[in-house]
Amino acid sequence: MEVTLWVNGDRYRVDVEPRDSLADTLRDDLALTGTNLACEHGVCGSCTVLVDGQAVRSCLLLTVQCSGRSIRTVEGLATDGELHPLQAAFAAEHGLQCGFCTPGFLMLFAGALEHDPRLDHDERRLEETLASNLCRCTGYVNIRRAVLRAARELRGEASPGE
Amino acid sequence: MKPAPFAYQAARSVDEAVALLDEHGSAAKVLAGGQSLMLDLHYRRTRPALLVDVNGVEELVGHGVDDGHLVLGALVRHADLERPVVDDPVGALLAHVAPYVAHPPIRARGTFAGSLAWAHPAAEWCAVAVALDAEIGLHGPSGRRVVAAAEWFHGPHRTDRTAQELVTEVRLPLLGAGTGIGFAEHRRTHGSFAFAAAVAAVGVAEGRVAWARIAMANAGPVPVRATTAERALAGQSVASCDGAVSEAGAAAAREADPRPEPHGSVEYRRHVLAVLVRRSLRQALGSAAAQVTRPPAGRG
Ligand SMILES: Cc1cc2nc3c(=O)[nH]c(=O)nc-3n(C[C@H](O)[C@H](O)[C@H](O)COP(=O)(O)OP(=O)(O)OC[C@H]3O[C@@H](n4cnc5c(N)ncnc54)[C@H](O)[C@@H]3O)c2cc1C
Ligand code: FES
Ligand code: FES
Repeated sequence: MEVTLWVNGDRYRVDVEPRDSLADTLRDDLALTGTNLACEHGVCGSCTVLVDGQAVRSCLLLTVQCSGRSIRTVEGLATDGELHPLQAAFAAEHGLQCGFCTPGFLMLFAGALEHDPRLDHDERRLEETLASNLCRCTGYVNIRRAVLRAARELRGEASPGE
Repeated sequence: MKPAPFAYQAARSVDEAVALLDEHGSAAKVLAGGQSLMLDLHYRRTRPALLVDVNGVEELVGHGVDDGHLVLGALVRHADLERPVVDDPVGALLAHVAPYVAHPPIRARGTFAGSLAWAHPAAEWCAVAVALDAEIGLHGPSGRRVVAAAEWFHGPHRTDRTAQELVTEVRLPLLGAGTGIGFAEHRRTHGSFAFAAAVAAVGVAEGRVAWARIAMANAGPVPVRATTAERALAGQSVASCDGAVSEAGAAAAREADPRPEPHGSVEYRRHVLAVLVRRSLRQALGSAAAQVTRPPAGRG
């Protein structure tokens, strides 16, 4: 089936099978391999992308369901070679080790912080958003710090110690 | 694994979806949020010839109040219920339970009706539906029918729905002011399915429990309504019902039909269920009392 996708602002026409997941199309047809795949069961969140601004599991969405939708992946976060504040914060706070989960966490929080720029003031929501994705390396503490730093940065507030 | 090949049709209306289901029968599957079906396709536990995507069916979007019921269209997502959708304790109950259903990204896609259609024994919404005597509205080739939640669940992943029918809405009775609500769950990690859960609603009038509704998730092959426990509470004075709450927990645990799992013997599961039923009842009695003790306006 022919499908038109908008990915990071670019228009793509792809010929896919109905059974192809959005994750597979991004990786295999569009060569956007920043979106990782691990469990393919919705559990780990390493495949998280934004569809119409909403963080979703791209392994649980069919490409044919995304016709005409606006998709954002980790490749679209940086602009003109400048890291997105979330990416910069992950680097500054050591929010990654092996980095496999990182694209998923970045897109998860890119969506969550656009939805609620004061997410860092909603402890319950912050916790459950952190718990949405799996990281086997960092222990989450540094990811949490990175998100807090990025939230402040995105609001134009100075981070402590800067 | 990747899913086995299938054809895909995006239905634009309920009639179109039902026509496709009528034509293809059990070879077709409805695709709603996909947060359970997609996993099954990946595992190849199911190999439908056709997926009927209903996400574009406008008639299934949104919620409303009709004839004393909160009506949830089949495309109401878990996330839509995180804030009360109606000014009635049923809205508060749904908002109280929603954070226990998976994670935010799953809740953004998964639907309330899909959860009932999926009929996982541990699903929170299935227990809520049974506790509240919800009604499931279906459209099929021979028209519309409504099934009571008590008749809906036939077993794990088995319901009263025929392959030709589409769930179009779920109707939850409004509970009315003065009703207390409670929910308690035990799970191994945040976002795991419930090890066990209990939902309660308690109607209070003149300081006494007028009625109680209690259901348990993952307490058997289908959600279990704890009718003996409900009767043990009816008529009790709210001020002094600690003993009755204890007894209700024990009674509910006896009514449960839990299966052994690697992480819990039957005995342990019953113990946990008794504790959760008591917790949910205490919450419900507390929230009913909070409504009653609000000082009435204009009295000295
Ligand atoms: C990581 C993860 C964690 C989860 N945790 C929980 C949890 O804690 N608690 C919980 O309850 N659930 C949990 N779920 C499941 C989730 O809630 C699903 O959203 C829900 O079970 C199914 O809803 P859906 O809309 O996604 O349905 P789908 O996956 O689209 O469909 C499920 C089944 O129902 C049928 N169906 C769906 N809608 C209709 C309809 N309108 N008419 C007829 N048939 C229909 C489909 O054909 C399919 O057989 C979890 C899922 C994941 C991936
Ligand atoms: S690969 Fe999609 S959630 Fe794990
Ligand atoms: S950094 Fe290795 S899994 Fe998260």
